Amino acid sequence: MSLLQPSDAQQIAEMISWVAAEDDSLEIVAGGTKRALGRPMKTDHVLDVSGLKGIVEYEAAELVLTARPGEPLASINAELAKKRQMLAFEPPDWRALLGGQGEQTLGGVVACNLAGSRRVRAGSARDYVLGFSAVNGFGDIWKAGGKVVKNVTGYDMCKLQAGAYGTLSALTELSLKVMPKPETACTIVLHGLADEIAITVLANALNSPFEVSGAAHLPASAARRSKIGAVAAGLGAATALRLEGPRPSVAYRIDALEALVGRGARLGDAETEAFWSEVGCVQPLLEQGPRIVWRLCPTPSQATEVAHSILSALSSAEFFFDWGGGLIWLSLDPEEAGPDAGAGIVRPAVKSAGGHATLVVAPGAVRAATPVFEPLSAGLAQLSARVKSGFDPRGVLNPGRMQEGQ
Amino acid sequence: MIAMPEPDRGVLNRRAEIVEALRRLVPGEGVIDQQSELRAFECDGLTAYRQPPMVVVLPETTAQVVEVMRYCAANKIKVVPRGAGTSLSGGALPLADGVLLGMGKFNRILEIDAPNRCVVAQPGVTNLGITHAVQGLGLYYAPDPSSQIACTIGGNVAENSGGVHCLKYGLTTNNVIGIEMVTIKGEIVRLGGKHFDSSGYDLLGVMVGSEGMLGVVTEVTVRILPKPPGARALLIGFSTVEGAGDCVAAVIGGGIIPGGMEMMDRLAVEAAEAFVHAGYPLDCEALLIVELDGCEAEVDHLIAEVEAIAERHGATSCRASQSEEERLLFWAGRKAAFPAVGRLSPDYYCMDGTIPRKQISRVLQQLKQMEERFGLRVANVFHAGDGNLHPLVLYDANKPGELDRAEAFGADILRLCVEVGGVLTGEHGVGVEKRDLMDTMFNEDDLNQQQRLKCAFDSDGLLNPGKVFPQLCRCAELGRMHVHAGKLAFPDLPRF
Repeated sequence: MSLLQPSDAQQIAEMISWVAAEDDSLEIVAGGTKRALGRPMKTDHVLDVSGLKGIVEYEAAELVLTARPGEPLASINAELAKKRQMLAFEPPDWRALLGGQGEQTLGGVVACNLAGSRRVRAGSARDYVLGFSAVNGFGDIWKAGGKVVKNVTGYDMCKLQAGAYGTLSALTELSLKVMPKPETACTIVLHGLADEIAITVLANALNSPFEVSGAAHLPASAARRSKIGAVAAGLGAATALRLEGPRPSVAYRIDALEALVGRGARLGDAETEAFWSEVGCVQPLLEQGPRIVWRLCPTPSQATEVAHSILSALSSAEFFFDWGGGLIWLSLDPEEAGPDAGAGIVRPAVKSAGGHATLVVAPGAVRAATPVFEPLSAGLAQLSARVKSGFDPRGVLNPGRMQEGQ
Repeated sequence: MIAMPEPDRGVLNRRAEIVEALRRLVPGEGVIDQQSELRAFECDGLTAYRQPPMVVVLPETTAQVVEVMRYCAANKIKVVPRGAGTSLSGGALPLADGVLLGMGKFNRILEIDAPNRCVVAQPGVTNLGITHAVQGLGLYYAPDPSSQIACTIGGNVAENSGGVHCLKYGLTTNNVIGIEMVTIKGEIVRLGGKHFDSSGYDLLGVMVGSEGMLGVVTEVTVRILPKPPGARALLIGFSTVEGAGDCVAAVIGGGIIPGGMEMMDRLAVEAAEAFVHAGYPLDCEALLIVELDGCEAEVDHLIAEVEAIAERHGATSCRASQSEEERLLFWAGRKAAFPAVGRLSPDYYCMDGTIPRKQISRVLQQLKQMEERFGLRVANVFHAGDGNLHPLVLYDANKPGELDRAEAFGADILRLCVEVGGVLTGEHGVGVEKRDLMDTMFNEDDLNQQQRLKCAFDSDGLLNPGKVFPQLCRCAELGRMHVHAGKLAFPDLPRF
């Protein structure tokens, strides 16, 4: 077991070549905050890329930032904030959820294709990766994409690399599209809506021309855990809609949106930021002691049916909705969930609604025995295995992190 | 001219038998083998390259696509998929020994799902057809390539098409959420759906922009968006290209992402004005069209902000549209720029590089010098917001050597784009046109990795070969790993 600590791409290439030659495997880490995400692995070595730090290039007017994968997200956010810009996909902080320590890095955010509540409007990490360089399982340094915001030269490897959990290549540099930070933001909170009504309200708001950039619904128990007074104070469910943009525009749109969905409590800039950050880090389901946590992505209009069918089978289920219903965070009592973490109930419920489920928080032994990610159809599994083999034929990089044997 | 792979004699000799077999799979008028009719399919929008296919197949069902693919894979016959054939890079250029698989009969919208903000369509539905189907609901499909009246959503997926609004609303890849595809082996694979993201690798993201080399798309689910309530455009003239370029940077640096931001140089402005009389100022070296969309309060606010920025950057004229008719008139000139330039010259060759915006004036200056060197004129129209250039090289194909000169000029323009930190193609695709320039941007390791991905989908290299990659796939060789055990051990590594 070695801890490999490269400081540049060339060293990563040499290390991976060596590990491949030894027929060994390695786990890629940077900040290590999401090590508990995915299937547990037994690798021979750890490749710690947190030494590949630094913002290489950032020009606000180009909307492009290039950085190394070990650069902490916090310092990237701080640099962007100086130019009043941001990562539009709003990468959430799952440290409290996953019990992770340390600093979240850019490489980890992209490798896990994270996105926060702005997903409904702005997409996820995969939509912002413009280009990268990386080392594949052959030990070759290779690159794809570019450093400009519009590019269709060659296959879009950026999409593949985002969300591959380090199983295809070890990133060595990344270029991302960045966006202006909205001048102001506010949130309307409606109280006491039943889940099915709330999901319809969220859909109507998202279908309106008022550019809703956050659409979440917290049933009563989840809402009570919010630290935001106006959310928790209603004592019932809280349905939240966010608007962002130039001041005169937000001022107009918030009135127009209230005319559509009904009047609610309004959160200003600071509370809006705090509330959506709570939603991103799954705060409404934390602080319940040890729990199993699932992340479900159903067809948005089916969200209530999915959640309620799980609740009828597992009475310990607690949940809340983001992305207009397109994301359900679900927590279960481990004892009630049983040895498969409730997969036997959760997966069919999501699958019948057209979607997929990820087991995010569960003891390692459970994640080793139960698929963490939605199992793929036979054809897709074979195709994915061939893709993996085209990048990493010997299974050197994060083997088994996503699917058994891959 | 760029050479296509040598036709397979064995396949050509079996042509009659192949046509017969395909007729059994796609009965009726779904198989075309008459030379006179094949001519209609001999090129796409890159008309300098022409090659009638061995045979055209026009399936109507996914089951037929599966059968055709299975047959072709089993018999080692190449397949070139085609939508409306509007590609500007030769992506749908047929092969002499290949089946051209036309997806035009897949022309139905299957489902409009407003609550989930998506439309499920067959790949032969036109880009604009999707917007037409949902506009009654106040919704639209955002990517708007200029050929949107004709180009198909399946072709958009293959090319990852853009348009004037993609800086704000994204390219095809950001607006397609699911597809059904058929692999060359005839397997049906569904990627994505109405839900967000997917389990496993983002193969949907890889399929978009794969130029018909990984699979044939048989169904597409796209995201639809609420139509912005309003839009206004500004026409801003500058006495220098630098001034216009700086203004673009200041708008974006100032936190404004316009719905569209286009630049035209003097030659393009003059041609467009003479053609459509859009009221463009003729006393400028560069003209910007900046469109702001959203609610009225936002549009009016941002129009004033952009006007102020333009003034600070030395604009010689600045006009805001006062009505929807006037806004459309501002755009009419830009949208007609290509045909307008076509009136200046018998032929033109449209290029498509993207550069960092800060390099705009440097690149335009170098283009001036290159015009003299090649003895050809260039009109510049481009998506200034995202740095996507469309230099139009004017030439006359009837003059001996001019086409070759135009192609050489175009290649040099793209090399220049890469040299200043940009890329070969922003939205038209590599296809045949830029295939042999790929090594200006990518080294052997980069291209090998791309090709290994191709091998995972199509190990025999039967889908659209001869496009994008300067060399044909060598899957067996690329998959081999050359390692020498123990040779690279690290004595100095920290261990625990």
